[in-house]
Amino acid sequence: MLDVQAGDEQSFALLLHRYRTPLVNFLYRMVRNREQAEDLAQEVFLRVYRAREDYVPSAKFTTWLFRIATNLALNSVRDNRYQRMEISLDAPLTADAEDGEEKKLDVAEMHPNIEQHLIEETRRKMIRRAIEKLPEKQRAAVLLHKYQELDYGEISKILECSESALKSLLFRAYETLRVELAPLVAQRAVR
Amino acid sequence: MESKILGYMDGRLKEGERLEMEKHLSTCAVCQLRVNEFRAVHVLLDELPMIEPSAAFDVRMQARVAAEPAKQNWWAWFASSPRVAFAASMLVAAMVWVGSQTADTPLNAGDIDKINQNMSVLENYDVISDFAPLSDLPQPVQADDTSDTKPNQQM
Repeated sequence: MLDVQAGDEQSFALLLHRYRTPLVNFLYRMVRNREQAEDLAQEVFLRVYRAREDYVPSAKFTTWLFRIATNLALNSVRDNRYQRMEISLDAPLTADAEDGEEKKLDVAEMHPNIEQHLIEETRRKMIRRAIEKLPEKQRAAVLLHKYQELDYGEISKILECSESALKSLLFRAYETLRVELAPLVAQRAVR
Repeated sequence: MESKILGYMDGRLKEGERLEMEKHLSTCAVCQLRVNEFRAVHVLLDELPMIEPSAAFDVRMQARVAAEPAKQNWWAWFASSPRVAFAASMLVAAMVWVGSQTADTPLNAGDIDKINQNMSVLENYDVISDFAPLSDLPQPVQADDTSDTKPNQQM
């Protein structure tokens, strides 16, 4: 980031290449829409680019990056909630329409392992839904903890809360996931 | 103990806390089950596949960055406007020249000696020019007044 600050455009391209996939995945799991996640990720990188001259390396770059991303995602989730409230009940969203990466199986995909494939897909859908059901701040905490592997100090800075509040938030989130995924958890826990 | 279960799972407890936790887990079936279930949740979350940004992501990003207005400082502004830079430098040079013309030049030793030699004359001039009794003297006689005296002389 310091090279980017010094005006090195090549370093910005490297930064983009390194962080775009984790950022898009984080945002996708936050907002549940692939196109919107990419738009938000672009907005994050643009803000980083605009703020490059004022960047002070007082915190880790990932903390700064995901703080911008989390704020944008939380705002977007709240905006979407209000938009959904305005959508007519006559035209509800289908599950497939909400899940950008899910698609209906066509005949060409009817291979011999279709049963196994369907089981796996059902499990994934269940896990995805369990994450989506979490309140947005708990969801952000779990995603940063589980997928970005950030430590408690970094996540608490991103979510602007104390470390003890974060631990409590994470515990409640994992408790909810444990209950929501109980059938799958039981299978694994007894292994 | 609940608050330490996640830290224990993550391996982020201090040595003493970890030993204390393990001692507790060896006697508490509820907490042991909870740890196992949380570990199972962790593994289940790994089943979600990662998605890759679309092929257009980088292209769009580069276009948006290129469209950003470049931040320019004063020197960059001068560099992009050579005429303005030339006019500004001429103005500064003119101001310096005018300032040098009007500024008091310091006296050298020769000038000071000359002033000291003439100091008595200068002092006398100052005294005389401000001497009050001299200002009470009648005005000097005009040249025309001489014609008025001629008839008397004839008488």
